[in-house]
Amino acid sequence: MAEINYILEMKNITKEFPGVKALKGVTLQIKPGEVHGLVGENGAGKSTLMKCLNGIYPQTSGDIYFNGKLVKNYNTRDAINIGISMIHQELSPIEHRSIMENIWLGREPLKAFGLVDHKKMFNQTKELLDRLELDVEPDTHMVELTVAKMQMVEIAKAISYDAKLIIMDEPTSALTNKEVEQLFKIIKRLKEEGKAIIYISHKLEEIFTICDRVTVLRDGEYIGTKDKKDLDVPTLIKMMVGRDIQDMYPKEACDIGEVLIEVENLSSQHAFQNVSFNVRKGEIFGIAGLVGSGRTELVETLFGLRNKSGGRVTIHGKEVDIKTPEDAIKAKMGLVTEDRRLNGIIPVLSVADNMIIANLSKYRKSFGLFNHSKAESDVNEYVENIRIVTPSIEQKIMNLSGGNQQKVLISRWLLTEPEILIMDEPTRGIDVGAKAEIYKLMGDIVKQGKCVIMVSSELPEVMGMSDRIMVMHGGKVSAILDNSKDLTQEEIISYATGQTVLEQS
Amino acid sequence: MSEKTKVLTEKANLAKDSKLRKLIRKYNIAIVLIFMVIIMSILRPNFLSPSNLFNVLTQSSIYGIMSLGLTLIIISKGIDLSAGSLVALSGIVAASLGQSATAATKYFPNLGELPVIVPILAALLVGGILGLINGSVIAYTAIPPFIATLGMTTIARGFTLMYTEGKPVSTLTSDFMAIGGKIGVLPVPVLIYGIMALITWILLNHTRFGKNVYAIGGNVHAAEVSGVNIKKNLVRIYAYAGIMYGVAALVFAGRVGSVHPGAATGYELTAIAATTIGGTSHAGGIGTVGGAIIGALILGVLRNGLTLLGVHAYWQQVVEGVIIIVAVVLDMRKNRKK
Repeated sequence: MAEINYILEMKNITKEFPGVKALKGVTLQIKPGEVHGLVGENGAGKSTLMKCLNGIYPQTSGDIYFNGKLVKNYNTRDAINIGISMIHQELSPIEHRSIMENIWLGREPLKAFGLVDHKKMFNQTKELLDRLELDVEPDTHMVELTVAKMQMVEIAKAISYDAKLIIMDEPTSALTNKEVEQLFKIIKRLKEEGKAIIYISHKLEEIFTICDRVTVLRDGEYIGTKDKKDLDVPTLIKMMVGRDIQDMYPKEACDIGEVLIEVENLSSQHAFQNVSFNVRKGEIFGIAGLVGSGRTELVETLFGLRNKSGGRVTIHGKEVDIKTPEDAIKAKMGLVTEDRRLNGIIPVLSVADNMIIANLSKYRKSFGLFNHSKAESDVNEYVENIRIVTPSIEQKIMNLSGGNQQKVLISRWLLTEPEILIMDEPTRGIDVGAKAEIYKLMGDIVKQGKCVIMVSSELPEVMGMSDRIMVMHGGKVSAILDNSKDLTQEEIISYATGQTVLEQS
Repeated sequence: MSEKTKVLTEKANLAKDSKLRKLIRKYNIAIVLIFMVIIMSILRPNFLSPSNLFNVLTQSSIYGIMSLGLTLIIISKGIDLSAGSLVALSGIVAASLGQSATAATKYFPNLGELPVIVPILAALLVGGILGLINGSVIAYTAIPPFIATLGMTTIARGFTLMYTEGKPVSTLTSDFMAIGGKIGVLPVPVLIYGIMALITWILLNHTRFGKNVYAIGGNVHAAEVSGVNIKKNLVRIYAYAGIMYGVAALVFAGRVGSVHPGAATGYELTAIAATTIGGTSHAGGIGTVGGAIIGALILGVLRNGLTLLGVHAYWQQVVEGVIIIVAVVLDMRKNRKK
């Protein structure tokens, strides 16, 4: 039998928590020098498997072989020492310390009298950064770096530990397309050096671009491992969700009515300038562009979270002056924010309290008291109708999966019966099944004669759902395109990167 | 696995704790209190006598009432170090307007004896206005509540000393003293504490204001996006707390019969401790009125119990400190993310 030398073999791993089997006999085999995609919906067991691998907790049964040797009873520190490094989705650098201090934290090079050898630390860091072609000084503070650069620093840190296996958990969730390219370049270089990479992502295009082989998990079970060349998107989705998704983007044609919101020459200092567009009833209006192109700032300004420095907004033909989110809500707008954790969910509060917070005025009863029974019945209705998985409406929202949290946030706004629903990255970090449901919801919203303004970095999503697409670049509108059949991703990208600029009519 | 079973396992996963464990977790602080009462009643049978129990409640009432206001503040992720000073200032103003005609040094000699409603309104007004100032500074300058109220602590104390020229205000009217007295067997401070607790409970659980307080503490950015007026609510929170300090000041004056300018020094720490022991999280978004009452009672039982047991006052302080730390450790375990 031809022996393949795997750098990592996880054999028949099970993990049980009280009352639940999170992993049921999962196998994962990684070859040296390969990029191995690990995919599955949220709750499929990817992170549990990676936590077992990282020594965060031990598996209930099954064996882990690293470099051909059985490894067990190890902690995270041991994992790093034998050559396993993980780059987490949520980076947590020590923000007000420098790059070099972050990389060498806890193992700073020393000189006489146990003092830290800053010079050596600087040079070693410089070497690492050069290797990754990262153009920053080792003594730059982390807080000055973009998320992409912070991630590169994390990779540098992994290399500094001489990692043989690097796990990347959703590494591109906050990166621009250009930064993603840079990341991929680095991944290829690591690969050439013989390092193995486990690449966890919800973005299937990336999986197909960068991975050599893919392992799929579903509901804690091992579904299979395939070479990329034997795989296409429908097959992969079917493996992940266990059923066919005929149409990922269930956008139905619906009647486009009169202009609902008209934005003229809207500007906000340096963030964006002279943005003009309108959105009609029944329309899904996509806003594409790179991170930093001013998209999020634009919708924040529309919603009163940010001051405008010029321009006007009219809704139903009447000029509105929106200075606070309160004003926006009164003008029948809603905003599902980009960052669920930063300004979306209120973690320690219940599903119910999270859902009703934008709509409290509706539940007023006599003596200024709060109408609990009405609120409760509204919440129950949404939990049922859009299938939010939660043991009860009193469950703290932080215990729900990302997709279910997002559904609660969308419900929060649907409860206010908005006419204009703005959704900033509505499906970021949620699994394929929940994505499809959110797309369907968007379709339902516009069918009721409302409109949706959707900011998204995922081009397939923008192209799959939008009626028209506005592309932004460097704070300006570079094009507003009809989403016809012959529109290509390349075309949008060329506008987004500023290679083409259309004169605005 | 079918969609339905998947949903079920996910639900099972979320609800994996047994009911009993959940109950113990939810009420662990109350269980501590019951445990303390049982132990005390075994060691000192007279602990359970009605007069001693009322005694515990009366002794807990001043910082208990303060902790009601602090509960709102701490849920909103704030803190108020000026609580004790505000009790002193509103107490001293109230006392100066509530002196009996026979007082040796009368603050306003020409006013005669005023009806008790005057000092009552004065205390609520002074407390409320100073709280409103606290809230406005925090809301409109965005400086941390710790700093804003630290400043207010010395400002209020300074005004108190100025107002009294450093001398105590005593000999209050009998109507005023009745606030510290009894109706039948029921001590009035306990009655007031109960009423204030009920009002605060309604405010937190049955008004939109209450929902806003939790949301602001839970995630101020999310609350803002959801249209919650952060500034207005912060001002209201601190003003309400100020009114509670005013009420506490009246109880203080009524019980002691006089207010001296150094009164209630350090009370804010006891009140913060009571709130904290009762499970209100300094990380914001979590806390209940019931918890604050239980926290105040734990401190009350502890002080009373240790005194009955003959433990030296110095040791009492040490024990109290340990209890505060242990309570928070327990509470953090409860709120820990699974």
